[in-house]
Amino acid sequence: MSDPKFLTLENLTLAYGDTVAVKDLNLTIGKGELVAFLGPSGCGKTTTMRAIAGLLSPASGHVKLDGADITRVSANKRNVGLMFQSYALFPHLSVYENVAFGLRLKKTPAAELDRRVKAGITSVGLSDYADRKPGELSGGQQQRVALARSMVMEPKVLLLDEPLSNLDARLRLDMRSELQRVQKETGVTMIFVTHDQGEALSLADRIVVMKRGAIEQIGSPEDIYNRPTSAFVADFVGFENIFELSDGRLKTPKGPVELSGPVPIAAGLAWRPRMVTLGSGPFQGTVRGASFAGNSREYLLDTSLGPIKAEVDAALPPHELGAELAFDLPIAAAAALRTFG
Amino acid sequence: MMARNLFIPITLGLVIAFLIGPFLIIVAASFSGGETLAFPPQGFSLRWIAKVFTVESFRDSFFMSLFLAVGGTLVALILGIPASYALSRYKLPGAETIRTIVSAPIIVPGIIVGLSLLRYIVVPFQVGITLALFLAHTALILPYAVRVVSASLGNLRSDIEEAAVLLGSSRLGAFFRVVLPNIRGGIMSAFILGFVTSFNQVPVSLFLSGPGVRTLPVDMIAYMEIVFDPSVAALSALLAFMSIGIVFLAERFLGFSRYV
Ligand SMILES: Nc1ncnc2c1ncn2[C@@H]1O[C@H](COP(=O)(O)OP(=O)(O)OP(=O)(O)O)[C@@H](O)[C@H]1O
Ligand SMILES: [Mg+2]
Repeated sequence: MSDPKFLTLENLTLAYGDTVAVKDLNLTIGKGELVAFLGPSGCGKTTTMRAIAGLLSPASGHVKLDGADITRVSANKRNVGLMFQSYALFPHLSVYENVAFGLRLKKTPAAELDRRVKAGITSVGLSDYADRKPGELSGGQQQRVALARSMVMEPKVLLLDEPLSNLDARLRLDMRSELQRVQKETGVTMIFVTHDQGEALSLADRIVVMKRGAIEQIGSPEDIYNRPTSAFVADFVGFENIFELSDGRLKTPKGPVELSGPVPIAAGLAWRPRMVTLGSGPFQGTVRGASFAGNSREYLLDTSLGPIKAEVDAALPPHELGAELAFDLPIAAAAALRTFG
Repeated sequence: MMARNLFIPITLGLVIAFLIGPFLIIVAASFSGGETLAFPPQGFSLRWIAKVFTVESFRDSFFMSLFLAVGGTLVALILGIPASYALSRYKLPGAETIRTIVSAPIIVPGIIVGLSLLRYIVVPFQVGITLALFLAHTALILPYAVRVVSASLGNLRSDIEEAAVLLGSSRLGAFFRVVLPNIRGGIMSAFILGFVTSFNQVPVSLFLSGPGVRTLPVDMIAYMEIVFDPSVAALSALLAFMSIGIVFLAERFLGFSRYV
């Protein structure tokens, strides 16, 4: 039943005046999918969301939703929900009236309106707060009102712009499971923006990594985490030892370095600190820094390949600063990067 | 030590004396039993207060002033609210210039405004005095309306309008449903400020008076030039109480002071 091409962005170019913020973006999202937009500040995540919502009309390209081209449909007729980073609750209205706002505009019959609004408020656990004004609620509560306000409209797509970034660590976890629950219960197609790879990996069905107004990689959390295809994504998801390849050799600050074994055809290779074998191998390094991170220890090594980060089990005996260690960068473990840049 | 401790209460006392003092003197003088405007009042009577209501020109000019203040303020708000909205929400080219032009009547002395209106508008175009007064008062109130409304728009996030649009409202609907209710206090403040400014306006109105068309303050000055009795004090006191009443009601029903 589910439509794999529920929402499609085709050759979408978005600009503010002469500044192009997103260029030639193509993306297909299936019905009921939970997609994360991940990327550094200014890469065009909010801009893309605003275009899907209809708050920004594209310079060129198309937005299609549920079989219809909605590029020229105005924002108030799209039935796309957007949860703003700032919540954007109406300060003069009670929680109840905030949630009822959209249904009142649709002239929903009174009994149905009351039932749906109450159900919405109850589902985010705020039934005791229905008469409060937004100013009398905590940040987390305000955010849940914003979620309920979007959800009672039964939107075709719910967009969430950094839904968790204004919350403290505890609330962030609550809200994470809240979002997951809502998505499971209603099956709504959801796109959320985040800076935080952990959030994207744990919540999303699929992750879209963006860089300077373009998509860098799309994939499942496993793909993105284990098989980044570019140095940019590798860096973003925590591969800290990244090398360009040329003629089968690693390019390092200290000249080309030969690896033992067959090197894959790729533009570069990347290793997480965990993937570095410490204590044996063809390379030598000096411990320049060490830090304890609970389950593990991280070492910064000064080596003939330049600086290398390695992470080992904390149960192993610690190495002193200045110690000389042998190490290896196992080719089998490395992520092969298709593009380097 | 002693001097420092006394400094604040004394300053406070002086400020209150200068602010409230004249008002108390006027009120006291209006209960005078004597024939001329004097302080301290001679005797006690209510006859000057009663007299205010029998002077026909006061009645006419009061209604003229009321009409100008209410009508001028309403028109200034009808023009000023959309202007403030446009100035604060859209990055219009020359927004600062527009702001300066709109604010000009605050900066330019009233006498000049009055004289130029008379010289360049009323006389050459044969504009009626009442219309000229109305236009002048509207122009004088407009800067206050724009200032106060802009300030309260500045405190309002613009994303709530987008939120309203995404919930199905039109842009215009969003303005009426979520912008106006949230700047209600600012609009009320602008109304009171405009009303008081217009009601107490002398210089501009001085140039724009004709047979049977006068504002109350101008009429009071004219009256005092002929009759120097305490009824002017009585009238002033009544007007002061009217202003206090308006502010009190605004506070009571709209929580006015929260927005000023
Ligand atoms: N109103 C605007 N006018 C002009 N340029 C803008 C405007 N809004 C955003 N931009 C530019 O467009 C680009 C993309 O911005 P966008 O807000 O989409 O980034 P983002 O990925 O959401 O970043 P963040 O993570 O910081 O929210 C940026 O280079 C930004 O400077
Ligand atoms: Mg953003």
